[in-house]
Amino acid sequence: MKEETSNNSRRKFLKSVGISIGAAGVVSGFSLLGAAKAAAQEPRETVNLLTQDGQLVQVDKDQLRPTVTEPLTELQKRGREGIAGKSFVMVIDLSKCRNARKCMDACQNHHQLRPDQHHINVLQMQDAEHTAPYFMPKPCQHCDNPPCTKVCPVDATFKRQDGIVLIDNERCIGCRFCIAACPYSARIFQWTEPKDPEKYKDLTYNIEANVPQKKGTISKCLFSADRLREDKLPSCVSSCPNGVYYFGDQNEDAVTNGTTHETVRFSKLIEENAGYTLMPELGTKPRVYYLPPKNRAFEFNGDLLNEENLH
Amino acid sequence: MNDLPEQKETNLSFEKIKKDILRPMQNHKGLELWIAFLLTVLSVCAWAYYVQLRDGLGVTGMRDYVSWGLYIANFVFFVAVSLVGMLISSILGLLRIDWITPISRIAEIIAVAFVAVAGLVIVMDMGRPDRVINVMIHGRFQSPILWDVTVITTYLTISLLLLILPMIPDLAICKKELKKTSPILKKVYNILSFGYINTPSQHKHLHKMIRTLMILIVPVGLAIHTVTSWLFASTLRNGWDTTILGPYFVAGAFVAGAAALIVGMYFFRVNYKLQDYITDLHFDKMGKLMVAVCLVYLYFNLNEFLVPGYKMKTGDDIHLKELFTGHWAIMFWSSQLLGNIIPIILLVTKKFRKPLPIMIISLFILAGAWVKRYVIVIPTLLHPHLPIQNVPENFVNYSPSAIEISVTVFSFALALLIITVLAKIFPVVPICETADNKGIKYKIEA
Repeated sequence: MKEETSNNSRRKFLKSVGISIGAAGVVSGFSLLGAAKAAAQEPRETVNLLTQDGQLVQVDKDQLRPTVTEPLTELQKRGREGIAGKSFVMVIDLSKCRNARKCMDACQNHHQLRPDQHHINVLQMQDAEHTAPYFMPKPCQHCDNPPCTKVCPVDATFKRQDGIVLIDNERCIGCRFCIAACPYSARIFQWTEPKDPEKYKDLTYNIEANVPQKKGTISKCLFSADRLREDKLPSCVSSCPNGVYYFGDQNEDAVTNGTTHETVRFSKLIEENAGYTLMPELGTKPRVYYLPPKNRAFEFNGDLLNEENLH
Repeated sequence: MNDLPEQKETNLSFEKIKKDILRPMQNHKGLELWIAFLLTVLSVCAWAYYVQLRDGLGVTGMRDYVSWGLYIANFVFFVAVSLVGMLISSILGLLRIDWITPISRIAEIIAVAFVAVAGLVIVMDMGRPDRVINVMIHGRFQSPILWDVTVITTYLTISLLLLILPMIPDLAICKKELKKTSPILKKVYNILSFGYINTPSQHKHLHKMIRTLMILIVPVGLAIHTVTSWLFASTLRNGWDTTILGPYFVAGAFVAGAAALIVGMYFFRVNYKLQDYITDLHFDKMGKLMVAVCLVYLYFNLNEFLVPGYKMKTGDDIHLKELFTGHWAIMFWSSQLLGNIIPIILLVTKKFRKPLPIMIISLFILAGAWVKRYVIVIPTLLHPHLPIQNVPENFVNYSPSAIEISVTVFSFALALLIITVLAKIFPVVPICETADNKGIKYKIEA
């Protein structure tokens, strides 16, 4: 079915652009098709790999060298320790969020999540009856006093030295106490087989991306800890088109905007814009800060105003 | 009324007591059918659990927001019922209240069955039951789950001991009297009677041990229910985040446990024809006890709902409105009225403390107690601090699936099977203690 529709669109393309380019397109199309057929005929020759930016690729087995994969224990050991000397913080500027949801897509792509599974969720908020509604992206708050890690019976969720709260889905027993304990509803559970289990099944478990996901275990936002190790910004931060997210190191007092790549002082940003944390009265000490939704240059287009699911 | 047991006393000899109590253990009428029925239910429901194991917890109605559902509510109910062992044989036993003698073993049997199944229910709720051993390998003692595992196993152990130890003299009698029983059971009686022949020194040591256990089970019994409440109270959620949840759960457990005992008493009295032992007096006394524990529970309910209801703090307000007048109102009010308030009013009257009426009232109390656990667990999860958005419809509404209900039925069938088997192989009314109580002299031969 898919091949047919792609051929149809290709025909339209041919008419509008011209035969020579079109012919090249067809040729490359056929060659891709041929490669796909060849791969289908010899499935044992290729393996699925997750690239560092979260893309799944197929690689010929002959091209693999034996030293490439790090042993599981080593990945988990360094994943549990965290990145020395860092203290990661996120700042979310609510005055810029217009519900583009690119962060949600990028996150779901990175962490093997279905569209209804959210490590980060853009909520429509309204604080009181007559206050203005706004959009609020809500990742895990990576609390410094995390209620979730406290209640875990097996140390499957834990706080690292760099402030990130992670999950070890090789150890999680699926009791879901952490879901009950989290006041931010930041955690999800793999109720069924996760998305595309076949694609991911040969991957070595990376605790810093929580991929592959496993049935019967917990998952949640990890601040893209695997990307941080390579000095990249988290998936959601990088993918935002509206400059909502800043991410950085509190020890350096510097946060970088994922859209503009501008680096600013964290303390100044928070001070000048009256930054705050969610539900500070709960004593969780979040590492995610919010800048209030003031001076917005766009209309609130959510359906919140006439919905009963107001807060 | 007070002179009723003394009148009966004249009719009873040790031989008659022995005969009356051992008779149902030898008579198999209808038992096979009942056990076959339970086993059928168990195997059908075991298949449901197999489906859950194979496909994941997604076969239940639970989703990311209501992540604890029927199973956890049922777990709390089972733990609650099991507290009857501590209430009857320990608290009342330590106070040397002797009318409990004939019903104390039924209480212990119920306690053992329900706490054992409670442990199983929690495993059935796990997403990865294959990793249950991680709790031992990687156990963190900061987690209330570890405390729960500890107290449940301790409570089960002490309850088993409190079932078996006071039974030693009776088992010595069983060993001697039940000649026609199966060789396995003979061996069981032989081992568990520990060569007891009721010498003064044996009697003294046995009662010392029982007394020690009766004292030990008081803190453990309180702990098991308090810790179960802490699974909820240790979170930051509206409706669970209260300081009285521990004693509230304990009070509720006494109500549920006493109700289960009354139902059990009625069943064994009628089915085992033990009218001479489990008398109207026992139902009358249990009725009065029920009023007492229900009043305590009512007091806690007032505190739990009236105080936050008076303030209507943000967060609590949605939760309480949903309970009082919203989606959960029918379940909430029926559990409060049928499971607590109406029973108090009825049981104050003597005629409702007769065996049949009080048994029916107790069934309502049990049902109310079960519904109450459901109302404690689920609505809170539907009212988190932040709005539930961008998720499918079934994340926002919870209703248990057929698989979930079947697995819950499994737990009830298993508890009933354990009770059936225990009541079949062991005398449900203590033979020697009853004789002791009535001042009848007896000998146990080796």
